[in-house]
Amino acid sequence: MSGEILEAIGGAPVTSAPYVVEASGVDKWFGPLQVLKSVSLTVKRGEVVVIVGPSGSGKTTFIRCLNHLEKIQQGRILVNGHLIGYRERNGRLYEDSERNIARQRQEIGMVFQRFNLFPHLTALGNIIEAPVQVRGVAKVEAVETARALLARVGLSDKADAYPAQLSGGQQQRVAIARALAMRPSLMLFDEATSALDPEMIGEVLEVMKELAREGMTMIAVTHEMGFAREVADRVVMMDDGRIIEDTDPEQFFTAPRSERSKAFLARILR
Amino acid sequence: MQFSWDFFSQHLFEPSSFFLHGLWLTLCISVISQSIGTTIGVAGALGTQSRFRIIRALVAFYTWIFRGTPLLVQIVFIYTALAAAGIFRFDDINLGFVVIPGNIQAGIVALSLNEGAYMTEIVRAGILAVDHGQTEAAKSLGMTYFKLMRRIILPQAVRVIIPPLGNEFNAMLKNTTLLSVIGVPEMMQVTGTQVSATFRAFELYGVVALYYLLLTTLWGFVQRAIDRRFGTAGQGVVARESMVGGLRRLLLPRRDAAR
Repeated sequence: MSGEILEAIGGAPVTSAPYVVEASGVDKWFGPLQVLKSVSLTVKRGEVVVIVGPSGSGKTTFIRCLNHLEKIQQGRILVNGHLIGYRERNGRLYEDSERNIARQRQEIGMVFQRFNLFPHLTALGNIIEAPVQVRGVAKVEAVETARALLARVGLSDKADAYPAQLSGGQQQRVAIARALAMRPSLMLFDEATSALDPEMIGEVLEVMKELAREGMTMIAVTHEMGFAREVADRVVMMDDGRIIEDTDPEQFFTAPRSERSKAFLARILR
Repeated sequence: MQFSWDFFSQHLFEPSSFFLHGLWLTLCISVISQSIGTTIGVAGALGTQSRFRIIRALVAFYTWIFRGTPLLVQIVFIYTALAAAGIFRFDDINLGFVVIPGNIQAGIVALSLNEGAYMTEIVRAGILAVDHGQTEAAKSLGMTYFKLMRRIILPQAVRVIIPPLGNEFNAMLKNTTLLSVIGVPEMMQVTGTQVSATFRAFELYGVVALYYLLLTTLWGFVQRAIDRRFGTAGQGVVARESMVGGLRRLLLPRRDAAR
């Protein structure tokens, strides 16, 4: 890795809103099952929030709501001060048009557990796809940015490789570069290291840590407690669809308040 | 009448210009109908994914009708029945350099609509075969539905679509024979005319059968070449190949081979 990653996209994105994320009272149902129960969370610009919790606690569902990959049934989610996925009319919420939702998603980068790189495109092709097709950036310029991003995630020599030719760790680093190429003001990491072999987790975490240090606003769902401890500004503990603890990492790891958190930490920090 | 080897071999190896024109027409109608049918299939497949119930219902109705009735009936219905009822008559179209007779137009319409119904199912299966994570990744990058379909999903669905598409074209080559009933002078109809003039049914139908066999065999070679690039047989290679780049390399002569 060389230099600052965000330099490749012109530095950490500047937004006028002090809060990048403002979620309040979010309810989410899958049929008869309520998976989010009045979840509220605010994230300031440049903040790194790590969401932890047992599986089925709703943490992945929650960050998927933040870019409207999931609909919500109650509550509001604002990103950079704009309501996500819905329009308000006469005090009621209506799902926004596809075009508007797509536009809002451009501001929000997402990294998936299973990478989801486009297998028919090269690493470079994956990174320039959205800037060229969605943002309308000139191809030459997009390629230049993509190469700079690849260099900074340590994959200069893999520009022309197809995803199938890359290791999991390499694929995930390309996926991070792909998300960054859109110059998002918020990055969501959905268990970005969970599908990786142990020896590849480190290289992805390094990139994520570097981004955190450079001031990228991030929300990461992860089981990597070392990452949480090292770079998180806040650790949010979820259980059974609720946020049960929202505190700084030091406090969380040394003196968690709730019994649930204690039990969770005892299991995970063996 | 005795089998005449001379008559047989003459028609096999030195076919009349009349017959060759029929062969050309068979090829043209097949390629055009398969192209239109495939286009309808892509549109139909997207229709089955529509969030509007009315569109899904229309597509379901269309495939139900065209997969549920015989192609021969569809051909006669579109050309003869519609005209008889005064609903629509296919008139000759003069393009200046060529005149397209009404029955050929009707034939292409019938074959295309029939093919479109089958291709709808094939393309739909191709789209559904693409991992849902691809859609989510494309959405998270701000792509709208049509953009993500065109740029991300369909190029990957092609791999699943191509093998059955090859079989469809094989069937299409043979299904054009049905157009003989509305007087389209394709290979089968031409042969029929020659048989009524010469009564050499065994020789002439033998020849036409061999020509269809030749067409489908040649297509088989093309199909295998395409499958090797895209199909499941060469998955290791395929995964690394850009779909579009692969197709381009396949269809265009290789630069290094030209030396």
